[in-house]
Amino acid sequence: MIVADRKPLKEILEMLDGCNRVLIVGCKGCVSVCNVGGSKEVGILASILKIAGKKNGLDIEVDEKTLERQCDPEYVDQIKDVVADYDVILSMACGVGPQFLSERYPENRCLPAVNTTFFGGAVQHGIWEERCAGCGTCGIHHFGGLCPIARCSKSLLNGPCGGSADGKCEISKDVDCIWDMIVKKAMEQGRLDDLLKFKPAKNWSTARDGGPRTSVREELVQ
Amino acid sequence: MSELKSGSNLEKVLKAGHFAFTGECGPPKGANVEHLKEKIEPLKGMVDAVNVTDNQTAVVRMSSWAASTIMCQEGVEPNFQMVCRDRNRLAIQADILGVYAMGIRNMLCLSGDHQRFGNHPESKNVYDIDSMQLIALVKKMRDEGKFLNGEEIDVPPRLFIGAAANPFSDPFEFRVYRLAKKIDAGADFIQTQCIYNMDRFKEFIKQAVDMGLYEKCYILAGVTPMKSVGMALYMAKQVPGMDVPESLIKRLRGAGKGKAGEEGIRFALEQIEEFKEMEGVAGVHLMAIEWEHKVPEIAERAGVLPRPTV
Repeated sequence: MIVADRKPLKEILEMLDGCNRVLIVGCKGCVSVCNVGGSKEVGILASILKIAGKKNGLDIEVDEKTLERQCDPEYVDQIKDVVADYDVILSMACGVGPQFLSERYPENRCLPAVNTTFFGGAVQHGIWEERCAGCGTCGIHHFGGLCPIARCSKSLLNGPCGGSADGKCEISKDVDCIWDMIVKKAMEQGRLDDLLKFKPAKNWSTARDGGPRTSVREELVQ
Repeated sequence: MSELKSGSNLEKVLKAGHFAFTGECGPPKGANVEHLKEKIEPLKGMVDAVNVTDNQTAVVRMSSWAASTIMCQEGVEPNFQMVCRDRNRLAIQADILGVYAMGIRNMLCLSGDHQRFGNHPESKNVYDIDSMQLIALVKKMRDEGKFLNGEEIDVPPRLFIGAAANPFSDPFEFRVYRLAKKIDAGADFIQTQCIYNMDRFKEFIKQAVDMGLYEKCYILAGVTPMKSVGMALYMAKQVPGMDVPESLIKRLRGAGKGKAGEEGIRFALEQIEEFKEMEGVAGVHLMAIEWEHKVPEIAERAGVLPRPTV
């Protein structure tokens, strides 16, 4: 899923400076699963904004709406009859949401309430970790099903570097060295030969480096 | 290793079978050419080539290629270091052509420390290619006369290709295979991480000898004399992939106030003596960090002078 963190309240309040009518729009997709932008979090943020408004003597009206998804025009359309009533739409979806809202409702100001961080999953309740960098050419089968592009701090394809110590990355003892895991797994599985093969320079043109990407599924295009 | 690949002094010294002795010099944090020349001066005639570091520990300094060309002008042979952190494949290939055009003949290919360690931790890193791919790229440019994309190069760069090996990082069992992979990719010589744990290094070099790697590539053992107990503690605790045995720290402490530096040099000299006799070791890479002026004394006491003229 796409993982995000809510922006600090101070930053949100700064963005909302001068706005009196705010519609907070949540998303039932990834950000609901990672407990940052679903209906529950929308409710919490609405309460916080109302309290902050009162504390600062401001007359802020905050309404809530959580859409099925914000990355689909069909669902984004569902607020078309109400958006005109608000100064600002505050999206709690990943970075896609406020952009779909901005494009659909060009008359409105659409702001992000969360920082989108990575593609990942929950390793335990309340802890998410990055797993994919969306490079556009998945090659994890060469690395025992583990991704060095997303998970090695240097995205090395021929690791591990000289900074790997006790299974940890040189950048922090809190970061696992994925190459340590890749090597140990290969050794355990008797597949060390796979890692002895030289991995040539990657073609990054399928990643963001090749420019903004579009995916077209011809059979679905009407 | 029949004919010369680059014609560098380092290559000639190694090929002639001499025990090589290389040094290191970090460019200044500024455009202070005089300071750089002061650091180069004591290295003259003391070593076969001098590594010029490339934004080491991710701290911005004068570019390694510029400092390398100044070194050439000073009559000292540089070993130009390049890290993959700061350049994409376009800049890498352009710089390789540039340094060759300026008379540089040795190049050390490195991944580079992550920028988190440095003085611009907010920067974006590149890592378009890794150190292994960089080695292969320099080899392709030199031996095939082609860019990474296969296009012909008009006058290919003929560089003596170096790579690093750290026998002390993990997983230890894989380290010799990684060394083998670098040699297969095109490394002509290897300079190791600073060695303090001699037992572990001996185990590593034995594996390299058993695999016949020392016959395909020259392996230079990394030596950094400890200047103080503080430096030893810092290396032991703060530098990932560095193995400083407690016995060495004790020895430095035992030397008494103001004498740890001399004890550090003695330890380095004992190491050099061992390396001279060690199968698989073709020389020593002396990294006297911010201690360049001590190199003549160390070289003298290590009995590696005069340096051979080949």
